[in-house]
Amino acid sequence: MNASSPLQVAPAAGTTEGYNFGYLDEQTKRMIRRALLKAVAIPGYQVPFGSREMPLPYGWGTGGIQVTASVIGPADVLKVIDQGADDTTNAVSIRKFFNRVAGVRTTEKTSAATIIQTRHRVPETPLAENQILVYQVPIPEPLRWLEAREAETRRMHALAEYGAMRVNLYEEVARYGRIAKGYDYPVEVNGRYIMSPSPIPKFDNPKLDNNPALQLFGAGRERRIYAIPPYTKVKSLDFEDYPFTVERWAQACALCGATDSFLDEVIVDDQGARVFVCSDTDYCEDRRKQGFRGAAPDALAATASGAS
Amino acid sequence: MYVAVKGGERAIENAHRMLAETRRGDPATPELATTQLVEQLTLAVDRVMGEGSLYDRDLAALAIKQSRGDLIEAAFLLRAYRTTLARFGAAEPVDTNAMRVVRRISSTFKDVPGGQVLGPTFDYTHRLLDFSLAAAGTRPEAPVSTTPLAGKLPRIGELLEREGLIEPVVPDAGDAPVGDLTRESIDFPADRDVRLQNLARGDEGFLLALGYSTQRGYGRNHPFCGELRVGRVALEYVPEELGFAIELGDVDLTECQMINQFKGSAEQPPQFTRGYGLVFGHAERKAMAMALVDRALRAQELGETVVAPAQDQEFVLYHSDSVQATGFVEHLKLPHYVDFQSELVLVRGMRVECGQVQAEAAE
Amino acid sequence: MTALTIPTAAGLAEPALASQRVFRQALEAMARPGTVVGTEIVLAPPAPLSRAAGALILTLADFETLVWFDRAAQSAADYVRFHTGAPLAAQTADAAFAIVADSTNLPPLTAFALGTDEYPDRSTSLIVEVESIAGTGPLMLSGPGILGRRPLGVHGLAPDFWHQWRTNHRAFPRGVDVFLTAGARFVALPRTTTVET
Repeated sequence: MNASSPLQVAPAAGTTEGYNFGYLDEQTKRMIRRALLKAVAIPGYQVPFGSREMPLPYGWGTGGIQVTASVIGPADVLKVIDQGADDTTNAVSIRKFFNRVAGVRTTEKTSAATIIQTRHRVPETPLAENQILVYQVPIPEPLRWLEAREAETRRMHALAEYGAMRVNLYEEVARYGRIAKGYDYPVEVNGRYIMSPSPIPKFDNPKLDNNPALQLFGAGRERRIYAIPPYTKVKSLDFEDYPFTVERWAQACALCGATDSFLDEVIVDDQGARVFVCSDTDYCEDRRKQGFRGAAPDALAATASGAS
Repeated sequence: MYVAVKGGERAIENAHRMLAETRRGDPATPELATTQLVEQLTLAVDRVMGEGSLYDRDLAALAIKQSRGDLIEAAFLLRAYRTTLARFGAAEPVDTNAMRVVRRISSTFKDVPGGQVLGPTFDYTHRLLDFSLAAAGTRPEAPVSTTPLAGKLPRIGELLEREGLIEPVVPDAGDAPVGDLTRESIDFPADRDVRLQNLARGDEGFLLALGYSTQRGYGRNHPFCGELRVGRVALEYVPEELGFAIELGDVDLTECQMINQFKGSAEQPPQFTRGYGLVFGHAERKAMAMALVDRALRAQELGETVVAPAQDQEFVLYHSDSVQATGFVEHLKLPHYVDFQSELVLVRGMRVECGQVQAEAAE
Repeated sequence: MTALTIPTAAGLAEPALASQRVFRQALEAMARPGTVVGTEIVLAPPAPLSRAAGALILTLADFETLVWFDRAAQSAADYVRFHTGAPLAAQTADAAFAIVADSTNLPPLTAFALGTDEYPDRSTSLIVEVESIAGTGPLMLSGPGILGRRPLGVHGLAPDFWHQWRTNHRAFPRGVDVFLTAGARFVALPRTTTVET
């Protein structure tokens, strides 16, 4: 797709007539920008904002889109991923949206992007200081599963009254011998607020800690924006005797042989045979370009050609 | 596999073309004109205007056509368009006393000043399929009344108010700003202006079920339909530079005033209370359900214990919106395979441990 | 509301693009406290407003935000009101933004909106004009956004400002956030930043 360009960046298109740069009107952008500045000043705190109705459905990333639209400028290069992949349908759709309404350049290359909008993953390639990671968030409130009421969870955050969360986690340890959360694993930001990292696998949680990039979170339907400034301490909740751990696989990526990346399990035939491949498509491709090979580099070729 | 393949963009493009073709149906059948929808599917158009929160019959009809008759999708199309429109300001409050009614009934009195006006209603039709409608060319006509309706019809509530039997309607002092949940997030407890706005935009089915639940005892408040009126009112606006009101046009509205029981307290003599519903177009079911839920949501203000879903502000206001609800329910169609993979790893790990424990126990 | 005199000085040219650039710098400054950023936006706000202060307030304020001006900044109030539509805040505690041109007479930071424990975001953002800002100097900043420690030099602040800042920092999550501006340059201090003098 974009691989032909030496920088692997697709050129900008003209913006769509009749709409403002970035789709949102200026007043809306200002409102979101003010919320973003406060979010950065109060790491992990969920700032309420007047989320607008977007031309994409709630649940499809309206919060992330509004944040990106308020931040993005003509100098930016945008990457959009869903489940770690640039070519998932929703990622393609959102990238196309910004190409249309902001005319910005897009890329699939993590290192070439200045803004990366993501759903459910943090890229494997370490981020840099000049980058902003925008997360799409479905349920921003980490305490929601314990307490459905907004009035009550707001009070709990205000008083840093997080005992109920600790008890809940400990109940899981008692019942399952571990904290039974695979994704959306709660974190504590800068020693104060408990925060939902969005439904990323807990594998990605350590990447939030002391990241050189700015991390912004947008929840459109729930009307909340929050942030983690660069180089900020982010700790996954755990207990001394039950320390936080991440997912591990016995397998390496079948395509590139990586043993340090989050692997997707792909069922390849009717008998349920499966291969494991990197969820981060750019990372995997990059490794293959460097000459790394997994046990079955063509494992997906047959399935891929038969699809779409 | 719909992921690892390139060409997602082409697949999406093709899906859109297939959607367009399916929408049109058999080209041998004449294409629907949006004017036909405006004229003949008026209640669908009204519902889309209400939940789409935009009063424009032509756009609502277009949205219905574009959405293949999926009214929630149509409301979503209108909402997404509405959000890009510039705002000039807020209209003056509409005077529904001056409504030119096509229908006005009260169930609390046999007759009321101005009379019971049945208008176009399904209420007393026998629900028998009218096979003559299957053939084109019908031109039904209604007889024209010889006695004109009164210009201003007093509301039933006002008649009770004179006796002090019902809580008075007290307008806000001065020009208190009206909340707008499309511009800011809701704080709880939410004021009644924001609650009513939320309900007016809310999903008809959701409000219907909640209103019904109050009748069955989940937050019972003994409702009577004090009045239901449907008709046309003038919309006025005061431009900053003029300083006086000018008429922008007319809108069709349905208004429902429920009269509900209230026992009173040591400080307050017994008085009826009110629930209020106001919706775009002709939408009786929605206006009535809204009035029931509005009354239920006043529980706290009226010193009632909040025990039922319809009385719970957060529950009602956070779940009433059809566009939000459909988005979040339907987003489960998006790929979640990364989250699912972490769950797989977790469950497999736990099963292995569990097996070890059982094996040890067996030894 | 006092009558507004239409100012002669222009606002942001190409507002959508210019305000995006200024905002990104403001975001960068707030995310990396103590980083001195310089705006290249062409703007000639009336005295005593610096180019940086003018660019920030024109980018961030509108009819939904109350703006407070200290006595020295009053002469720029009409300019800001005209270009943003922002109403004047009668009191410091009502202000979403405060413009302080005479930083030696800065009102106590606690006089501004500090937000509440439930809504710490409902606090004033101050734009304080100073004589100069430099990326080197005796001040040592640390906290979120800073890898290790970052030096900063500021001239023209009231002597007790840093003492007040410590109090502000300790009130977290409540507190004000500050932009210091000088000419075309500015630096941000979110409430999370610790400053050693």
